[in-house]
Amino acid sequence: MSVPEEYPADLRYTAEHEWFRPEDGRVGITAHAQHALGDVVYVELPAAGARLTAGKPFGSVESVKSVSDLYAPVDGVVLEVNPDLAGAPELVNHEPYGGGWMIRVQAEALPDGLLTAAEYRRLVEA
Amino acid sequence: MPVPDAPEPLVFELSEPGRTGLRLPAIDVPDAVAPAACLPAAALRREPPALPEVGELDVVRHYTRLSRLNHAIDTGMYPLGSCTMKYNPKINDALAALQGFAGLHPYTPGSLAQGALRLLWDLEQALCALTGMAAFSLQPAAGAHGELAGMLIAAQYHRLRGDTARRRVVVPTAAHGTNPASAAMAGFEVVEIPSDADGVDLDALRAQADGSLAALMLTNPSTVGLFEGRAAETARIVHAAGGLLYYDGANLNAIVGRARPADMGFDICHLNLHKTFSTPHGMGGPGAGPVGVTERLAGHLPGPSVRRFDRPGEPAARFAWEAAGPGSIGRMRALFGNFLVLVRAYAYIRTHGGAGLRDVSGHAVLNANYLMELLRPSLPPAFDRRCMHEFIADGRALRPLGLRALDLCKALLDRGFHAPTMYFPLVVEEALMFEPTETESRQTIEALAAAVADILAEAARDADAVRAAPERTPVGRVDEATAARRPVLRHTSG
Amino acid sequence: MERRGAEAEGRQLGEGCGYLPHTARDEAAMLEKIGVPSIDALFAQIPDEVRLAAPPEIGPGLDEQSLARLLQAMAAANSGAGLVCFAGGGYYDRYLPAAQQSLLSRGEFLTAYTPYQPEVSQGTLQVTFEFQTMIAELTGLPVATAGLYDGSTALAEAAAMARAATGRPRVAFAPGLHPEWVEVLSTYGGDGGMVPLHEVGDGRDIAAVIVQQPDHFGRVCDLGRVLRERPAGSIAIAAVDPATLGVLEAPGALGAEIVVGEGQSVGLPLGYGGPYLGFMAAADVLLRRLPGRICGRTLDAAGRRAFVLTLQAREQHIRRAKATSNVCTNEALCALAVTIYLGLLGPVGLRRLGELCLARAHYAADRLTSIPGVALAYPDDPFFAEFALRVGDAPGVIDALAARGYLVGPAIDAGSLLVAVTEKRDRADIDGLADALREVVTGAGA
Repeated sequence: MSVPEEYPADLRYTAEHEWFRPEDGRVGITAHAQHALGDVVYVELPAAGARLTAGKPFGSVESVKSVSDLYAPVDGVVLEVNPDLAGAPELVNHEPYGGGWMIRVQAEALPDGLLTAAEYRRLVEA
Repeated sequence: MPVPDAPEPLVFELSEPGRTGLRLPAIDVPDAVAPAACLPAAALRREPPALPEVGELDVVRHYTRLSRLNHAIDTGMYPLGSCTMKYNPKINDALAALQGFAGLHPYTPGSLAQGALRLLWDLEQALCALTGMAAFSLQPAAGAHGELAGMLIAAQYHRLRGDTARRRVVVPTAAHGTNPASAAMAGFEVVEIPSDADGVDLDALRAQADGSLAALMLTNPSTVGLFEGRAAETARIVHAAGGLLYYDGANLNAIVGRARPADMGFDICHLNLHKTFSTPHGMGGPGAGPVGVTERLAGHLPGPSVRRFDRPGEPAARFAWEAAGPGSIGRMRALFGNFLVLVRAYAYIRTHGGAGLRDVSGHAVLNANYLMELLRPSLPPAFDRRCMHEFIADGRALRPLGLRALDLCKALLDRGFHAPTMYFPLVVEEALMFEPTETESRQTIEALAAAVADILAEAARDADAVRAAPERTPVGRVDEATAARRPVLRHTSG
Repeated sequence: MERRGAEAEGRQLGEGCGYLPHTARDEAAMLEKIGVPSIDALFAQIPDEVRLAAPPEIGPGLDEQSLARLLQAMAAANSGAGLVCFAGGGYYDRYLPAAQQSLLSRGEFLTAYTPYQPEVSQGTLQVTFEFQTMIAELTGLPVATAGLYDGSTALAEAAAMARAATGRPRVAFAPGLHPEWVEVLSTYGGDGGMVPLHEVGDGRDIAAVIVQQPDHFGRVCDLGRVLRERPAGSIAIAAVDPATLGVLEAPGALGAEIVVGEGQSVGLPLGYGGPYLGFMAAADVLLRRLPGRICGRTLDAAGRRAFVLTLQAREQHIRRAKATSNVCTNEALCALAVTIYLGLLGPVGLRRLGELCLARAHYAADRLTSIPGVALAYPDDPFFAEFALRVGDAPGVIDALAARGYLVGPAIDAGSLLVAVTEKRDRADIDGLADALREVVTGAGA
């Protein structure tokens, strides 16, 4: 599965392969992560209004044979949950940075530890 | 395997209104009361359930044809590591079906069930002799059920000693998933520590070995098929910290009759009667998972249990149910255990005796090592040393051929063998775990190794053909992603 | 597999037994290939201090005939199995059709493993899908699992689901829940986790309410009303006898959100307590909290309909400590037995079964309560095919009736016991029981 832009520059990344878009507060998992997981079958997400703590699990993503925790990239409050994922979890595989977004967060501040696209790329390719 | 031309319909699709398979007796009592006359109207059924309306011949043909879509021990080998798929002796099934066993109501007074009580008592004694434990409960219905009982016993033991800090259970990352799941169900916090070919990482264990350690769960041989070289030191560390040592009996087939978990320092264990003791797997159950303990923990076992009374002047011993004491964890289930499964295990033990069971482990280990050597040119072992009753072959050896472990497994299905265990334990990449068991002949084992070599040779000529396997089974590879994304979990008529 | 040569060239059958196929020649060839002198040498890894010098003392091995003689004697010593059975308490003497028994003995069902390789397990998987469909139909809820150990543990799992789904710690139960099932709920749920329904107070810490129908005393209630009256935000759990569901309303249609029960009464032998079968069905919203295996429908690579274990990410082999439950091995063969039984009966047969047992049970209650000193324990409550009888000295009556060839029970307390009537007990059996009880109670032979 090839995704055109593997490391979009406008995003920030975690070492656990989540991305965060400061412009609109959306969060998802990276192309690298969805490839490692295989076919995503279900995403477990918190409800709008839930508080997130950076570095702590906020949900999980399931493939047929595995499940991985999702780690919050930022502190904040969940504003919106992607309504399309329940019926079409494959969006995470096909459009990890687009239609496969998971939650939209009102972030309190950008934590120091977030990686730039270049830094994340170096981590993954190491 | 015979591949049908068309899929077998669902039994609902064979339905014809008005057909029925079983004729019931007519109502023969005078002034027969009807449900509407005595039950609250609101409790009565308005719409009949959509069960199929089929005749007896429909049922017999349908399920006979379905049975022929299955691989089974009775049709071919199952070299599944950690499952111990040995032959299920038919005499054991015949004996379990005796009316005196199958027709016995669980609330029959003990005086009228002396045969059953004697069997349960004898079985408990035999399991104690085989494991070195002081007492067993035969209640648990499966290994995981026995593990949960064992974890509840550990919790009870610490609580009754007034030690309320013991909230943690440690499990190797290579452990079977039921181990951490059972510990979590019993209310413990679970910590997984690394393990390798020689056993658990002792430094990681020492870091956990403090006043909050309730228990360590282990299996020996380990899930990588090797005897835990550090077992004695592991036991010392755990006991010195005041914790208990739990034995997962899934791999007992490697050492039955030759070594006993209690002698290795284990305090609690469960056994899988559907593995080591040959009771049939029945497509996934029923099994039985008796839980055993050393003397100091015996008061915590689930109850009731069977007691034996020998009275001078009475020719035969008498047996009776004895209620659990105040330290018991309580019932793990409503009744005594999967009794008809226990009958089969008992018959198996009596067939072999002590020497026979020693031969079982001897041949199990012989067969595994022989298979390992035969496979070596095709699939090197992940750990290059003598194995016990099972071993892990390194599926990464398939990569140059463009295959994954999964592809080899599917290709074996086409050749009449069930696949080995794939991708377990999690600590070995592309793991293929083989356990031939002692009931497979040399010829069958050689045929399996030849089949693997044949698959690799085919892959060298045409890897696509191997990746398309299986093609000689009733269905090919199934779409598991759609099954999970858009679950259809029942048939809907009309 | 190829047939082997004469026994003469191999192992003497005597000490060992026929399940270990190697001849002396096989052993020698295998040891040579491995490169060890003997089988014992393969156990060098076992430390000396742990290695047993001699096999454990559990008696000699037995040939098949001797084994059969031993077990037959044990079975014969269970004289209770020869009594005319009117015992109940959650487990019933059901007629098991010959067609069902024949199908269950097929080795392709009996000796197959869990269907982890679906391509060679479609028999198992399709049966499971049919079972799930039947349970969903009987219970009136959309999704059912492949089954659990028994009714009591299925109920314990349902309670755990409710706690996880609501975040509330306690579970309430209506009176009449089988006493042993209450014990199991306490074992699983911990101290203080269970509370009788009339003690719930404002109910804000109640995760679920459990109602059994028919209850331990055979009584039938207005299940819909009882469930509607539960504390707000709690989950409605019904524990039912599937043999009644041709006559009684599906609990899902009455508001139950989880339905569990014991499958023994629809196609399993009494077997002195097991193996039995727990079943569970639930509302859609609880799908991902369900414990144990679930089978789903899909297609294979060639577009053929196929069945496969699905939603496995709930289970222990994937989620480990965070699994919905630790369940692995279940009661699959028992689920097959139930599926075949219900297929043979059909909806009409299941209804007739209920009507037959109910009619005979009410006749039995009339005959038995016409005996002086014998009365219904709950005369104002409707019952299905089982009832509680006040008899004076319940344990004494049970023993005395057994001596006369009839099994009743279990005792409920010192003075009362249960009597259940199934399709296997005809009018003559019931009249015989009445005569025997009359003798016992009026002292003519106590």
